[in-house]
Amino acid sequence: MDAKTSMFPSAYDLKAPAGAEGWEDLYPYYLKFQPALREKEDQKFWFCDSQHWPNPFKPFDAMTVEFAVKCLGQYNTRHYLVPPANGVDYRIHNGYVYMSPIGVAPELIEDRVPQFMDRAGHYFQNWPSLLENWHKKVKANIDEMEAISFEKLPDVVPVEWVKDGVGLDNTTALSENYDRMIQLIYRTWQYHFEFLNLGYAAYLDFFGFMKEQFPSIPDQAIAKMVQGHNSDLFRPDDEVKKLARLAVELGVAEALKTGSVEEALAAVQSQPEGAKWVAAWEAAKDPWFNYTTGNGFYSTDKYWNEHLDIPLGYLRNYIERIEAGETIERPMDALHAERDRIASEYQEMMSPEAAEAFQGKMGLARTVYPYVEDHNFYIEHWSMGVFWKKMRALSKLLHEEGFWPTEDGMFYLTRNEVRDVIFDYGNAWAVGGEWAGPTHWPQEIERRRGIIDALATQAPQPALNNPPEVITEPFTIMLWGITSDSIKNWIGGDEASEGLTGMAASPGAVEGIARVIRNPDQLDEIEQGEILVAPVTAPSWAPVFGKIQATVTDIGGMMSHAAIVCREYGLPAVTGTGSASTKIKTGDRIRVDGNTGQVTVLS
Amino acid sequence: MTKFTLPFSGIGTADHARVGGKCASLGEMTQAGVAVPTGFAVTTDSYVAMLDETGLRAEIQAQLDSTDFDNVPSLERSAQAIQIRFRSHKIPAAVEAAIRDDYTAMGRDMPVAVRSSATAEDLPDASFAGQQDTYLWVVGADSVIEHVRDCWASLFTARAMKYRHDHDLGQIDVLMSVAVQKMVNAQTAGVAMTLDPLTGDRTRIVIDASYGLGELVVSGIVTPDNFTVEKVLMEVIDRKVSDKHIELVPDVAAATTVEREVDADRRKAQCLTDAQVIAVAKLAKALERQNKCPQDVEWAFDADLPEGENLVALQSRPETVWSQKPIEQPAKSFATGMMGMVGALNNPVGSKK
Repeated sequence: MDAKTSMFPSAYDLKAPAGAEGWEDLYPYYLKFQPALREKEDQKFWFCDSQHWPNPFKPFDAMTVEFAVKCLGQYNTRHYLVPPANGVDYRIHNGYVYMSPIGVAPELIEDRVPQFMDRAGHYFQNWPSLLENWHKKVKANIDEMEAISFEKLPDVVPVEWVKDGVGLDNTTALSENYDRMIQLIYRTWQYHFEFLNLGYAAYLDFFGFMKEQFPSIPDQAIAKMVQGHNSDLFRPDDEVKKLARLAVELGVAEALKTGSVEEALAAVQSQPEGAKWVAAWEAAKDPWFNYTTGNGFYSTDKYWNEHLDIPLGYLRNYIERIEAGETIERPMDALHAERDRIASEYQEMMSPEAAEAFQGKMGLARTVYPYVEDHNFYIEHWSMGVFWKKMRALSKLLHEEGFWPTEDGMFYLTRNEVRDVIFDYGNAWAVGGEWAGPTHWPQEIERRRGIIDALATQAPQPALNNPPEVITEPFTIMLWGITSDSIKNWIGGDEASEGLTGMAASPGAVEGIARVIRNPDQLDEIEQGEILVAPVTAPSWAPVFGKIQATVTDIGGMMSHAAIVCREYGLPAVTGTGSASTKIKTGDRIRVDGNTGQVTVLS
Repeated sequence: MTKFTLPFSGIGTADHARVGGKCASLGEMTQAGVAVPTGFAVTTDSYVAMLDETGLRAEIQAQLDSTDFDNVPSLERSAQAIQIRFRSHKIPAAVEAAIRDDYTAMGRDMPVAVRSSATAEDLPDASFAGQQDTYLWVVGADSVIEHVRDCWASLFTARAMKYRHDHDLGQIDVLMSVAVQKMVNAQTAGVAMTLDPLTGDRTRIVIDASYGLGELVVSGIVTPDNFTVEKVLMEVIDRKVSDKHIELVPDVAAATTVEREVDADRRKAQCLTDAQVIAVAKLAKALERQNKCPQDVEWAFDADLPEGENLVALQSRPETVWSQKPIEQPAKSFATGMMGMVGALNNPVGSKK
């Protein structure tokens, strides 16, 4: 590579698309490539994380990347002292986030080892009890967020408050509750990574051991040996399946088939056994309908609880399939038997000493792996679902008070600007004057909306500057699936016209008709037997996985959600192709080979 | 007790010495429920009877006594002479009757393959299999009897004699059995190895496949399609489709096989469906489990049998190259517990590529 030309462009040369001028002001100063730091920043390799954040951030939503990536880093750097890896630095540029892992200087690695062994070792040794405590902490945060509500300011402070000598007004709770919500979700994001990095570390150890024993072993075979199958991440889908089965058994299936959610529920209620079914539906909602078709990182993500038509749609599909004589339940016993068969057949091919090490490493990987799947339900789905619900309520309140013309206006403000707005709201209320917000924000939000829309017209770069000779940072490899090979794919990807290559993420090979899905609202367009092609998928798309034959994504590694769900549902998957969703058109006949990572457009 | 012939289904462990490696394996496969074309073994008892009741033994011995094994022309002359002696004697009547009975029991004018099953041929450490002749598409009892005798005679090719001489195996002491087996009307056929022959990787099954009978694959006359199957997941992980220009097919009228050009549209097409590839891999894996060591399996899809029952094993024998090597331990020792994890983090596997 020529020293002057980088493999990927510099952020400093990447201009914003027309109409997006001034985007820099929408994000905190510390998240931007600062002009004065060009020389330093261009020395680093940055890759775009479009797996978690495929769309440009609204200013408020940028908080999700801040909390998530900061908290990922703290555990490597400050809690466990992962010997070779600190956290991941990140910047927002033209609305997308770019990541750059920070390694530990080679001479410092050795000193961190004893601390890592002491600190991380404690977690591995006490995993079940610490995890039980984790569930309590996360649930307590959820409960506290649920209990918080935002009330419009009344004309006067309640007389009881006055007589009780409270000495405070209604703005107090408003600002404190807002701050508390932010602090609670910040805490929750710390919990998110309390176990996750360690889970990946144990998996990486097992993975490396297997690759050394069997250099040609497919990554997916290793994943299959530790996969749990009864993860809470798949519970929402399983609950809908159970409800479908119950509806058929109770004879209320017909009543569910038509009309809006309210109409269908009313129709069921009028059936002899209807009340029983409705009770089961209500029971399933808490907590399992705290589930989004998005990934939890956007204020626009739709959650089942607030859009009951989504689970009802899946339910109707399952009822049809039950009535057609299909088995919709996953064969759990068979899946478990298969997992054990795979493990024992590889073990048979090992020396006795290796087999013993195998048992130890696989045992630990199986202990920690469920967290890698489960946490996603508790944090991204449940916790974030409650958080967004409360934030949308606050945005709506301020919309009704005239601060912005649409219900979602608040999300065009940064989280700190929202504090200002709350103060403005309380301030003018207290002094008896007029709010400044309703004259300031509507046109400012409109301007920002224009910027975000303009940013979305331009796709992110896969990466910036030059990659290192070899990627050695363990979490980059594990979480993002970025290796020296995959980087080569990003560059070569555009030249091969009829074929696409990605990661062989879930085994099997099929041919079929492609359905390109660019956002979750299109999910109901999918027809039975099609192949889902998408920039990225969310685990909550699981209910459509019963309809499709295979999945192809632009982004994601072996441990991406698409890969996990496909292995769980026994569907072939190729992930991280770079450009499948733009190269493949709905209706194309394609061949997907989840064993080799090849995707071919046939016609 | 002398047994001149034994049906595959009746070959017991005690019979292995007198039916040779190939028939013993066919017998074991038949009894383990593996689909194998039916047939019978003409035992070494028959061969011994041939040697002893016709005076052939003395004639061969006399010829061997005058052979200079280090002189190629002398060796060639001896081989020719011994083979002529074989053909100049009739097979003993009792042996002929046994072959005739067993052949007739297979069905009227059943086309069969007549193959050698030498007792030394398939020893795992003596990879000179295939040195004796194989006759395909043999029809009628008279022809079968004639070809059994030809098989015996093929024990005395110059190359086989030289090999036995060099390895001190004895000449007349090496006995031969002959397999008479229903001819497979092969749509596709080939070889499956339960390890990667290039690397010895035992997590893989490598399959060569082409149209028609498998002989062209074995002899290397046609470049077969090549499939790699992951042994544990049972998934096709690599496929190389080749230009398969000829196929060996039966010429029923002439009671023989002929090489035929493959039609243009089939030549470059994948000759097995993925499902068929997996079926072959499963068969090979089952045979490896049964025999407790890596196998080299010849298989075919028989056009005369119904779909789903049409995959047959023709032969399974221990793989001879990699099996002789000790299992290679990974060069790096593995750390366990927390040190293992530290090692994995400091040197993650993805970074080594």
